[in-house]
Amino acid sequence: MTDIKRRSMLAGLAALGTGACAKIANSDTGQSWFDAAEDWHRIAQRTLAGRQRLAPEFARDDVSPDFKGNGSLTVDTPAYRADRESGFAAWRLLVGGLVEQPLSLSMDDLRAMPQRTQVTRHDCVEGWSAIGEWTGPQLSLLLDSARVKRDANFIVFRCADNLYGRDYYESVDMVDAYHPQTIIAHLLNGQPIPEKNGAPLRMRIERQLGYKHAKYLTGIEAVADLSDIGDGKGGFWEDFGNYQWYAGI
Amino acid sequence: MNQRHSLSVRLWHWINAAALIILFMSGLNISNAHRYLYWGDYGFDPADAWTSVMRFPGWSTLPQYYDLAAARDWHSLGAWLFSVPLLAMWIVMLVNGHFWRDIRASRKEWRIGSLRDEVAAHLRGKFGLLQSGYNGLQKIAYGVVYAVLLPMMIFTGLAISPGFEPAAPWLVDILGGRQSARSLHFIFAWAVFGFFVIHVAMVLLSHPLKRLAGMVTGGRDKESGFD
Repeated sequence: MTDIKRRSMLAGLAALGTGACAKIANSDTGQSWFDAAEDWHRIAQRTLAGRQRLAPEFARDDVSPDFKGNGSLTVDTPAYRADRESGFAAWRLLVGGLVEQPLSLSMDDLRAMPQRTQVTRHDCVEGWSAIGEWTGPQLSLLLDSARVKRDANFIVFRCADNLYGRDYYESVDMVDAYHPQTIIAHLLNGQPIPEKNGAPLRMRIERQLGYKHAKYLTGIEAVADLSDIGDGKGGFWEDFGNYQWYAGI
Repeated sequence: MNQRHSLSVRLWHWINAAALIILFMSGLNISNAHRYLYWGDYGFDPADAWTSVMRFPGWSTLPQYYDLAAARDWHSLGAWLFSVPLLAMWIVMLVNGHFWRDIRASRKEWRIGSLRDEVAAHLRGKFGLLQSGYNGLQKIAYGVVYAVLLPMMIFTGLAISPGFEPAAPWLVDILGGRQSARSLHFIFAWAVFGFFVIHVAMVLLSHPLKRLAGMVTGGRDKESGFD
């Protein structure tokens, strides 16, 4: 008798608990707690690690036998397929938004710039990791030659791929934009980036999770705020799935 | 147990209980995103996994349906609710003597013979009655939870976080790489769950209402005959 009572009391408490959790999560107050927790993690991590501290780099021998592709595995358009056939000879990377000098760069232009090569670990939000060697110019070089205006607070990455009917995009703040390991990669393990990994260009944002590393890169845009772009949360997964904009956790 | 639970113990106990429930259930939801565990730095191919874990059913997860983003929100919030009070509790119990007086097991209590006697007493259903304060097994269990299991949840959790890693890359190294840290995070979570099950079972077997009341109000004094 008491056992049954106790059990139904526990079940009741559990239901109350999870019901309350759903209510909290769906309320504005709940969302503001989650946002605050995310901010504190970002501030704590930046305070402890500093703005410029590097993500660990590995030896060339440490690269994983394969580099898993996830999310978009191609760009499903005739134009992309034609570009791919021609070795992306006509691919352009546009640098614009709040800059003094907009740029339109070819693959050759990017290859002619000073290059950074880094063997880093890629951590997906799902939990898995892969290690690869990435090569390309630092984003800071492009931003410096485009001369970013003072009122720019974020850098937005525009992509050719479309997932669930939405154009992929991502964004970072100026700390990560100017981080030495933030590069526009065109080589993976010394070869042109495979299609599933974002050919021909992919961002590397080494201190954040994989969904920040925008693939099939077509544009880089300096903006003052993110509210006018997409649904205003700063990225495809942020808009589509309510994922956290700061993905350092 | 004849002593009263101090306010700091009671406050921490219930905050920590809430934090652990949030973290464990949201953690099971996160686990469902990639159910394979690896050793070393990398791992993405199920063929390389040392184990694959079950898909945890909705009733056991937070939220109660698969939603990685929402589960991560709860997990990130729960991490603060868990780690800040734990740090505060450690400082308080080192300063006010609760750790040295009530939790640290004596050399005698660590002896095999004494542990064997206590296990035998527990199996006969006699516990909490041997002496005032915590018995030896209780002290050792609480000590291991405070000093090993709960801190290891924090350390392995930090080691999985790519934004924290540049601050202390050595932490990831001593844990054997990020995927090892992720495996250990999972293993320690279940060790904490194991403690939770035993802890609740012991409460239910020894005057559950008095114990529950004791952890809420602090319990009554020796004179008034608590226990």
